[in-house]
Amino acid sequence: MNAVILLFPGTNRERDMAIALHKATGRKPAILFHQETSLPAGTDLVVLPGGFSHGDYLRCGAMAARSPIMPAVRDFALKGGHVLGVCNGFQILTEAGLLPGALLRNASLRFLSMDCHLRVETTRSPFTARWQKGETFRAPMAHGDGNYFCDDETLARLQAEDRVAFRYATARGEATAEANRNGARDNIAGILSENRRILGMMPHPEDLVDPLMGGTDGLPLFESIAEALATA
Amino acid sequence: MKLIVTVMPKNGVLDPQGKAIEHALGTLGFEGVGEVRTGKVIELELAGSDPAAAKAQAEEMARKLLANTVIESFRVELA
Repeated sequence: MNAVILLFPGTNRERDMAIALHKATGRKPAILFHQETSLPAGTDLVVLPGGFSHGDYLRCGAMAARSPIMPAVRDFALKGGHVLGVCNGFQILTEAGLLPGALLRNASLRFLSMDCHLRVETTRSPFTARWQKGETFRAPMAHGDGNYFCDDETLARLQAEDRVAFRYATARGEATAEANRNGARDNIAGILSENRRILGMMPHPEDLVDPLMGGTDGLPLFESIAEALATA
Repeated sequence: MKLIVTVMPKNGVLDPQGKAIEHALGTLGFEGVGEVRTGKVIELELAGSDPAAAKAQAEEMARKLLANTVIESFRVELA
């Protein structure tokens, strides 16, 4: 699997992401600057990592979503390419219109830097196949604007099409209001595109992929996508 | 030509900053404060002398970048 990590000015999680992808695939991902206008030939997965691209000016991810590399990412996605956006990467994907909804300021107005628990809502995706439905795993989160919002119609569609990938939950797997620290609509932490090949999520699975990091809770995501794209 | 684009959260979209300001105004003793909403004001200096064309251009800018129409509405006015 050939993974490409996009680097925008202000991105700061690209190395963590590279470690996770390297561990799961045995291959080092390429890192591509936002001013490029094409993806390397043979790209199987495009990853938009976390950070504060363009200083979060105007809206989180707004500038990055209009950067020179993004038309190539859009073409890649429209042709059925796999895309993963984490944290700021999720914000960029919604700003680019590749995923529905938007990420608003956390309801508490506080930047949240802590571990949270995510409940796996669907295993029908190349990113979540290694988990069991309803399984809960730990993931660090670090964001000021992670409060997922979408209108009623979009929410109904996401639910009907089984496109909610993860919900904020307690360690025991209950999607309570207390577990929903940023105020996200319906506890949504991550969603899939219509073709299930684009995943956007706020917490950071790439930061728990090795016992030295304190756990391997996030590893199944990278193993899932590595397996799905192994033959590619 | 100068134009002013006002971007506001749509009705029904949570505005925690507005809520915090509302609360702080109450703390300062201001009475009768209803809902407070926050948004952005963007001033644009555009070339040309046709107000209608400038307004149309600013509206396109708002749709493409200045506002996220999933969560925000906008209004363009000549300054």
